[in-house]
Parts: sequence; C-alpha cells; structure tokens
Amino acid sequence: MSDVLLEPRSAQQSRLGVIDCDIHPMLRSAKALHPYLSQRWRDHFDSYGPRTPAPFLRGHAYPKATPALSRRDTWPPAGGPPGSDLAFMRQQHLDPLNVEIGILQVLFPSVKDQRDLRLGVAMSTAVNDWQVAEWTEPEPRLRAAVSIACDDAEASATEIRRCAARRDFASVFLTPRTSEPLGRKRYWPIYQAAAETGLPIGIHTGGTNGHPMTAGGAPSFYMEDHHGNAIAMQSALASLIFEGVMESFPDLKFIMIEGGFGWAPSCTWRLDKHWARMRDEVAHVKRPPSEYIRRQVWFATQPVEEPERPRDLRTICEWIGWDRIVFATDYPHWDMDDPRHAFKVSMTEEQQRMIFNSNARAAYGL
Amino acid sequence: MTRHVVARCDEIPPGGRRIVMVEGRSIGVFNLGGEFYALLDRCPHQAGRLCLGDTIGLVQSREPGSYEFSRPGELLKCPWHGWEFDIRTGQSWCDPKRTRVRTYPVAVESGESLVKGPYVAETFPVSVEQDFVVVDI
Amino acid sequence: MSAALAAPATELLRAIGPIDCDLHPAPPRMAQLLPYLDAHWREAMVTRGIDGLDLSSYPPGAPISARPDWRDAEGKPAAGLDSLRAQALDPWGTRIGILSCLHGSIAMYSEDMGAALARAVNEWLAREWLDHEPRLRASVTVCMRDPVQAAAEIERCAADPRFVQVLLLVNGDQPLGRRSLWPIYEAAQRHGLPVGVHAGSVYHHPVTSMGWPSYYVEDYVANAPAFQNQLLSLITEGVFQKFPELRVVLLESGFTWLPPFLWRVNKTWRGLRTEVPWIDRAPGEIIREQVRFTLQPADAPPGALEPVIEQMGSERMLLFSTDYPHWQFDEEGPLPAGLPEHLVPRIALDNARETYPRLRDIQV
Repeated sequence: MSDVLLEPRSAQQSRLGVIDCDIHPMLRSAKALHPYLSQRWRDHFDSYGPRTPAPFLRGHAYPKATPALSRRDTWPPAGGPPGSDLAFMRQQHLDPLNVEIGILQVLFPSVKDQRDLRLGVAMSTAVNDWQVAEWTEPEPRLRAAVSIACDDAEASATEIRRCAARRDFASVFLTPRTSEPLGRKRYWPIYQAAAETGLPIGIHTGGTNGHPMTAGGAPSFYMEDHHGNAIAMQSALASLIFEGVMESFPDLKFIMIEGGFGWAPSCTWRLDKHWARMRDEVAHVKRPPSEYIRRQVWFATQPVEEPERPRDLRTICEWIGWDRIVFATDYPHWDMDDPRHAFKVSMTEEQQRMIFNSNARAAYGL
Repeated sequence: MTRHVVARCDEIPPGGRRIVMVEGRSIGVFNLGGEFYALLDRCPHQAGRLCLGDTIGLVQSREPGSYEFSRPGELLKCPWHGWEFDIRTGQSWCDPKRTRVRTYPVAVESGESLVKGPYVAETFPVSVEQDFVVVDI
Repeated sequence: MSAALAAPATELLRAIGPIDCDLHPAPPRMAQLLPYLDAHWREAMVTRGIDGLDLSSYPPGAPISARPDWRDAEGKPAAGLDSLRAQALDPWGTRIGILSCLHGSIAMYSEDMGAALARAVNEWLAREWLDHEPRLRASVTVCMRDPVQAAAEIERCAADPRFVQVLLLVNGDQPLGRRSLWPIYEAAQRHGLPVGVHAGSVYHHPVTSMGWPSYYVEDYVANAPAFQNQLLSLITEGVFQKFPELRVVLLESGFTWLPPFLWRVNKTWRGLRTEVPWIDRAPGEIIREQVRFTLQPADAPPGALEPVIEQMGSERMLLFSTDYPHWQFDEEGPLPAGLPEHLVPRIALDNARETYPRLRDIQV
C-alpha cells in the first residue's frame, strides 16, 4: 500500500516555525542565582547548600554520558556550561532551527527535590525571577515553566499564581519522580492553582526523590537510569488518572516531556483494560483512562522513537492521535533531536504543521 | 573524483584533526599515528557534526565486568548521540552491517601534483620537499 | 486487518491441546504446609502464630484475583485440584499446565525462614498436585532474598523432572540482572530450567519509582513498567551473555509494551554501548532470542493486537496462558480478540515446547 505522502522534509525547508517544548537553560555558575535570593538564602546556599536525597552534592548518582549531560558541541565559546549563554543559544539553536517559541525547563538546580522545603521555596522564586530577567525578557521567543517546591503545595500554589500573572510563563514544571505519586492529595493545591490560572503542567522526566529507579531496587548503570526515567512516565500518568486529578480538573492539561511517546498507546490500553476490571475501587474515576488522556494529555516527541521499520512511527502517531504530539528538542542535551532530521518517516504537510507547531499552541494556549 | 589539498602534514600532528570545507562539504581529517583519514563531517544518524566529537579508544568485553581497552584515539564518538565510528573505515560500532559514515581516500602527496584546495599556492610555497595532505572528493 | 477467529477459541485450542504456561494453585495456608516442614520450623510456625502470608499483589477478594465462577463457596479463589482440572485444564483440552504458586515465602525478609517455607511449598506442590495429575508441571518456588539458598533449592527440585521452571517475582530486593542473583541463573541454566518472572512484588521497595500509589489498580498496572525496568536490568547487566542458554519467561507481564521498549533499548544502547561493552549485539535481538511472554493479559484493543505482534518481530515469543484463576477473560475465552489465527498453533504449543527444555519431548 503506498502512502500518498511527501518525502521527509525538514521543517526549515518548509519555512515552518518550530515550537520547541523542551529547552534547558543553565546557570552560568553556582553564584548566578544569588542576585535573585535574599541575603539570608545566599548565605544558606553558600554554606549548607542545596541538598537532595542523593549520594552526591553536585555529581550525579548515575554519572551521565557526557559532561553537563550535553552535546559536545554546545559549550559556549565565551565560557559557561551548555545552555548558559543566550547569545550562543540563539546562534546555535533558536535561529538556525527556526524556533518560533521555546519553552524552558529548568533542571538544575533542582528546586522540587530540595529536602529543606524553605530553601526550595526560596529557590523557586529565585529561579522563576532568573528565567524572566535573563531569558524570557531579553528573548521574546522563549517562555518559562514555573519552578515550584512541590512538596510544599501551598507555597507552590502561591508561586504559580504569582508567575501566572506574567505572560512569560507557559506551564508549571513537575517531574514524574516526586516524593509520592503525582496524583496524591498532597499535590492538589498545585493543580487547583494551575487550573485556575490556565497554566498546563509540563511533566518532564527526572526527579531525585530518594526512591530507587525501579520497584525492585536501584539499578547499576546510567543506561538503566536514563531509560528508567522514561519508564517512570507510565506510573505518573496512572496516578494522575486513578487519583482523580484529571476527573476533578477537566480543563487542566498535561504535557509529558522527554519520555518519548512510543510507550503511550500500550500504556493507555493497559490502563483502560484494568480500570474496566477494577473500577469499583476507584469510583471517583468516572471515565475510561483513555478518555482523560485524549482530553487532557499531550506527548512531547523527544527522544524520538526509532523503530526498526520507520512506518511503525506513523502507526504510533495514529494510535496516539496526530493532534496529541508536540515537538521538543531537549537542547542542549546529548540525546536531543534536530527537527530537520529526527522524524525519519514521511508526513503530510498538515501532520508536520501539527507536530512542529499547532499542537503545542493548543496544549500551552499559545 | 577530484583531489584537494586540505593541509600540510605537520599541521595535523598525530592524534590531531582538522575540519575543512571542500566543495561545500565539511570534511574532518584525522592523523592516527602518522596515517591520515578523512571522514564526512555528518553523522548518518541525525546529521550531527560528527567530526567535532571526542576521539576515543575501543572498549570490548568478553563478559560482564570485564573492560578491554585498545586502539586509543582510533574511534570517533558523535558529539550528539554518542555513536562510535571507526575513523579508519567509517564503520559504526553498534550496527556495523547497516551504518557507516562516508569516508574519503586520503593520500600524502608531495607538493608537485596539487590540483586545488583551500591552501592555494600563494599561502604555501610549493616545493617537492614539503608534504601535503591531499583528499580526493 | 484480520478476521475474527474462524472457530471459537475453545474448538481451536482443543484441536491443538495447548500448554498453559501460567496457572496458579491457591497458595497453601500454613496448616497445609506444616507436614512439609521439619520439626524446628513446624514448632516455630505454630508457637509464633505465623500465618497470613498472602502476597499483597493479589488480595483474594480483588476482582483480578479470581473470575467470579472460579471462586469457591466462600468467595475465595478456587483452591483445589478438582477445580483446576474442571475450570482450567479440561475446557481447552490443555495437555500440560505449569503451576506457579504465588506464596509469601518468596517475599520473606528472613532468609532461612523463607527458604524453609519455599521448600515446603515445593514439596506440597509435588505431593498434592504433581503426584495426582500427570498434566501438571511446576515452577520452583524460592525465597528471592537469598540467591544462594535459592540456587540450592533449584538444585534439589531439578532432580524431579516435573519442575520445569524457576519462579521469581518481577519486583524483588534487587534488580533482576544484578550479579548477586547469578547463582539462581547459573543453577537454572545448568538444569535447563527457564526463569519465570511473574507479576507482583515482594513489596520491599515502593511499587513505583515515585513511591507508594494509593490504589490496588495502580499496583497492578505498575507491573508493566516494572517488567520493563527488570528486562532492562537483565540486558544491561549482561545476564544473557553470561548465561547464553538461559531463557526468561515473563509471566502475566503484558506484552504490548514490548515493541516501543525494544526500539528504545536499542536506541539507548547505541549511544551508551561503552558503559556496558559486554552487550555484543542489539538488545532487541537478545530479547527476541532469549525472552518469552505469556499471553495473559493481552493489553490491546482487537485492531491493535496484530500490528503489535508484527512489531514484536518474532512469532516465537508468545506462550499460551489462561492465568487461571486470575480474571483476564470472560466467555470469549483465552484467545484475545484480534489474535491472528495462523499464530495460534505456535502460541498454543510450539513456542512453549521450544522454550522449556523439559517439555521438548512431550507427546504431540
């Protein structure tokens, strides 16, 4: 059967502006956050410092594949780590890839994983102010995600409401790996605030929560940690559904970022099948999980799936829905995707437009 | 195929590399122990700038827990997704049957038989004593 | 698009005489195990009042734990051999059924107690099930916390040819590929016993990598990501290189998550190969050769099942199961809608015979 489709075309060739749902800005140095912290917290930052439930203060328990987790050619010539230099980001990424809107996801320092919640709350406002001052204000193509110390849900709600007043912020930042599954009642003030302010939740892989990466203990290799982070998306999604978050907040949108998207159909089918058997346990979940997913969930593309038969990528997109897939690069990380080359399968012009642009507009309300 | 001078031999010491534009293509030229190899600066995976990657050795293993290191500096790790390519052959290590990067024959030539290249005659005196790295494109 | 099966599942299966690779006897209560314990352990169990070792993975009253017509008069999952014969073996003309007993001994923290109880369970299986029903075979029950004692129990049970598999749970104390577990794989490989990894958990760690979910249904669906993580561990730790003849069967794991998992693990490996250089070929190839999946549950709508199986890239990977008495199907029977009919003989019989060395010579 032949598809009447265009050959793979680069988004740039077709002059399509790309909405990139995952760009990682970095602090230039440990002290770069200080201007946004009060003296009391600068002192704390410099003394006891940020502390997460992990073995190392600065290094990674599962050492990454590359320095700063980044592509080897993303170190700014003027200095600083990858993602820390806006001029270089424009030159290397935003301009040549025709990024119309880029959504920032701040991973380091990890605000939501701070064991000292007061420090975490202070860091959240600082990180959000830093994003505006040094990224979204000077560069109108960029939007920020509201950083929150999620284990203090009330403070997080306050911060969401503060940031939502500015158009700089496109979403709220969370990860699947929180202290408890995302749907648990303790986090509901966050969903309340996000729903009220119209901000979607971007659930970005990662999180240091003190739990092992598997339900059968801690793995040995970065390869397991890396892939395991993507696997964690499935239980996060299950929690948001089975705890009733999606039922109670029908207008709240979720974007699953940096977990790839191939997992979504089989996960959806599994949730449906076993909800059908055990729905009496979760009577507050009034619809099949797939209905919530179709209604409220989008999947960002990176790391793009690389099936052995490229046409299976089209099958996955059909099962998820071409309108539920949003493009992301993950710049400057080592496994990032280039919009000109990531999709090794032909798509119609309409499908390209949806994946690279219009779906994200719908998901983020852009 | 046309032949292009890309460097003087002594400009690319052993373990070194130079990336040059030839006929609109970015080519990386590597010196492995006095032998020169040239690779297209474009990863077959997602077109990353392959020749900017780290040169690494070959890690093999007979069994879990064993790490057998050889051929230091003879592989190139794509700076993007980390695929390993044998600099001598362009062959990717993970999928040798299906993935290769384009390689180009490289010869060390004396000055007399030059055709054209980035080092035009005015920048280097041409003499028979000098060795040039010449790439066939 | 495949047509509906030409005949009801029952007819198709009865014509073949399948091998059912995932059956569950109701786990024995302590009173039933006492005869199989030595004097010390018998006294310990009685004087300390040790009982109630039902695994949290299957609350007896939860819907998944038993189909309504497979419960006894008190509503508990059907217990005895008569029920198993009538409800699991006879209806589909099953020629061989492999019992995996999901008993709490597998999850004990106390290694010696766990080993003693596991041994008693295996004795109970042999004496009260295998001795009375020639169609039955069994998995060796072990306590996962002590791989050395587990290996000793595998050695002991391997002498009985009716033990055809080793039983582990997908979520133990350590990821399944870890070297400390290798005595289990060494013994299993030596005796030609596949390692059956079953859904469920010893519950020594939270059921997800983000802590403890609230609901049982979340625990159950979390088995799928658990199997993905543990398969990843077996691959990355090089278990399939160290034990090239080992076969691993994922029991009640679901399988429709496999194709995107294969793509992802291949993709990751290509970039991270130097971290795990003993992996000598694409992980997807290793999995196709050495890993199998039982049929229940088939988590896919009818139209998706055939494409997913095609994406799996091998017709040798699926093994027929009813998962009796777990409630995975109703009157439509154990062949899920949308299953290509031409695969049924392989799934029902041939793949299991190829996977289980001790079943290779059964009469067909």
